Amino acid sequence: MNNLDSIENYGVHEAGTAPILSLEGITKTFPPSVVALDGVSFGVHSGEVHALLGENGAGKSTLMKVLAGIHKADAGEIYLEGRPIKMENPMDAKHQGILLIHQELSLVPEMTVAENIFLGYLPRKWPNRVDWKKLYGDADAILKRLKCNFSAKDKVSKLSIAKKHMVEIARALVFTPKIVVFDEPTASLTDTEKFVLFDVIHDLKAQGVAIVYISHRMDEIFTLSDRITVLRDGGYRGTVETKETDEDEITRLMIGRSLDTSRNIDTAQFGDKVLEVKNLSCGSLFQDISFSIRKGEVVGMYGLVGAGRTEIAETLFGLRTPTGGEVLLDGKRLDITNTTDAVRNGLALVPENRKEQGLVLGMSCRDNITMAVLQHVSSAGVLSRAQESNIYDKYAEELAIKSPSGAQKVGNLSGGNQQKVVIGKWLATHPKVLILDEPTRGIDVGSKSEIHKLIRQLAKSGYAVLVISSEMPEVLGVSDRILAMYNGRINGEFLDSEVTEDDLVRAISFEQKGQL
Amino acid sequence: MATLAHKAKSLVIEQPIWLFVAACIVVFSLSTEHFLDIGNFKNILVQTSTIGLIALGLTFIMINGNIDLSVGAVLALAACLAVDLQSSIGIPLAVTVGLLSGVVLGALNGLVVWKTGVDAFIVTLGAMIGVRGLVFVYTEEQSFYATDFAYADFGTSSIAGIPTLALLFVVLAALMHWILSRSVHGRNTYAVGGNRQAAIDAGIRVGPHMVINFMIGGFFAALAGVTLSTQMGAATPNLGRDFELWAITAIVLGGTKLTGGAGSIVGTLGGVIAIGILRNGMNLLQVPSFYVLVIMGTILIAVLFIDRQVNRNAEQELNV
Repeated sequence: MNNLDSIENYGVHEAGTAPILSLEGITKTFPPSVVALDGVSFGVHSGEVHALLGENGAGKSTLMKVLAGIHKADAGEIYLEGRPIKMENPMDAKHQGILLIHQELSLVPEMTVAENIFLGYLPRKWPNRVDWKKLYGDADAILKRLKCNFSAKDKVSKLSIAKKHMVEIARALVFTPKIVVFDEPTASLTDTEKFVLFDVIHDLKAQGVAIVYISHRMDEIFTLSDRITVLRDGGYRGTVETKETDEDEITRLMIGRSLDTSRNIDTAQFGDKVLEVKNLSCGSLFQDISFSIRKGEVVGMYGLVGAGRTEIAETLFGLRTPTGGEVLLDGKRLDITNTTDAVRNGLALVPENRKEQGLVLGMSCRDNITMAVLQHVSSAGVLSRAQESNIYDKYAEELAIKSPSGAQKVGNLSGGNQQKVVIGKWLATHPKVLILDEPTRGIDVGSKSEIHKLIRQLAKSGYAVLVISSEMPEVLGVSDRILAMYNGRINGEFLDSEVTEDDLVRAISFEQKGQL
Repeated sequence: MATLAHKAKSLVIEQPIWLFVAACIVVFSLSTEHFLDIGNFKNILVQTSTIGLIALGLTFIMINGNIDLSVGAVLALAACLAVDLQSSIGIPLAVTVGLLSGVVLGALNGLVVWKTGVDAFIVTLGAMIGVRGLVFVYTEEQSFYATDFAYADFGTSSIAGIPTLALLFVVLAALMHWILSRSVHGRNTYAVGGNRQAAIDAGIRVGPHMVINFMIGGFFAALAGVTLSTQMGAATPNLGRDFELWAITAIVLGGTKLTGGAGSIVGTLGGVIAIGILRNGMNLLQVPSFYVLVIMGTILIAVLFIDRQVNRNAEQELNV
């Protein structure tokens, strides 16, 4: 009911008043060459839930970080209640009543819930002591409002991820916010927690707070929002009334074309099964995973963050020990307990986070590429510079790595080229199975399509490829077959030639009736 | 000319400590009479060889992203074993036992760090205290004197006019530099320290790799103990106190990062020599020894500050 009232109010806003917050012509470039935002304009009214949509890398999070004072825009103005405001740091934004609830958690794990909620604003009493009674009282009141079933005195490190997110949301309620930005708030929440969050959002809205809601989940956006703004490749693509649109229009805005997925796939072109996974389980992370990849085939694994995709890759690669099931490589049972075995058996993992897992940033491109094959470029433990350079030259040419030389530190390359170095490192091991986890995360659009092309080429030349991604166009663009993950299970398997976008969204967002 | 200037610039950025060494030589040779004597330089090399040997092994451990605080205590244990046992089993065997004690203790440190996952700082802090205790248990607070004069003679001997200990240090430094820059083990040392997760993903057995480096560190600490005791012809239970701190100082001056992943033997050599020259030069200038410590502490911080400034500019240049 609440919802309907607000929509009517919102109609009034639309007719008369100006938006409470508007961003005009925001441009932000990250050196050396990533244009994250290109002249984006965007406005929110009081008492409105405004959804911000776009693929990963479209610039949503960057835009919100500019708004919250975390990044400084290179150009553009921010107006709050009609006045231009300057934000130098996150504190400025908070004082203006703009609150960002982060996708990543920014809590201090060894402190209590209450201390985290009031971090930087601990209530005091004379002479500058913490007023613990007031602290815990106030914190408990906020937690009650959020219907949280944990105490303000609990240590944050003891809480589940979902509860930590609730603490993060609780932080925003300390202030009397004018604008609250939720950045993918439901990514790690359970259904019950999700509805509590929606109630909170309705409450805030009823109090006249403007809400910006970033999410990938269409169903949420259509239930919650009043208007939808779409970003693509760092640019503004349009704002529509939620009531007057449908998923097709939104998708078209997001992707920039009607999806053409009819690549002709000749299933006969694939060779034998290279990798076969049977009923693989790992505790509560994922259960009963079965699939296979044939020589020359690209299998896409699509799902939301937390659906268990990365964990499956880590298990195949020997970083985790499975609790059940088996893995066959070329028909032989694999028993891998560490990564050394995995590499030796012909598995390769291009990890989700290349800076933290894939590369040694302080080392040169050449040294990174030869890292997993040092035994092949050395004799009796002594490295051969010439052989190392041969390997580097080979893959630099094959993958078109743009670097002044092999001696260049890999940290100085652009994201796309860094990713190519990681891929090169694994190709040098001559793997049979290549697993790529979010291969284009944080990579600009041009390099993205280059990497996609590369993945197709690699499959053609005989690798069995598994691509894990949360970007639908990526999955549709590169895979021959798609596995949809939901909540630690495979919730559907589709041939790329037959799948519709709708099927995929459904398969990663709801429990499939057929599977129950 | 441009390439020469470029080379000079990259030397300053990568090895600023050698610039500092050069500056020290200029200042001391202008202000004291005997600093530039060949004999004095031999002296400096011998004096620094003890800290230098420790630093060679410790550099590997620190590039690996670990640290070993027990090297001073290991040095004392190895020295006491080598001197005390030589009357009963002969010099070669006694020295071997001393060196082995270092390798074994290093392996123990490494295994504990690997298997328990406790930070190397804590593990080796415990080892530093514990091993020093062992030294006192073994020596019963007594000092040992070398009974065979050949032992002490070795410490003061020369080959072709160069002190044997100085020569040993320089040769081993060259060997360690070669291992670090040319071998698979050396490359993995950088990879593990630079990004442990990436190293694991690349199939490097990180645990055993770290144990080997701790063993190398232990060996060099023990070797330093043996060479120091040949210089003195004796070993005392208090030998090598604070040496771990001097070795770390030298290594850090030489550009090795405490967080691991970066550093070099050439830099460490520069750091060791810088400390030796400062001590020697100020000695010749008759600076009271307590002030020497004050000045050295200040210089450590100043050099690292300058290093940071230089490297920060370099980073910005690359972004343009």
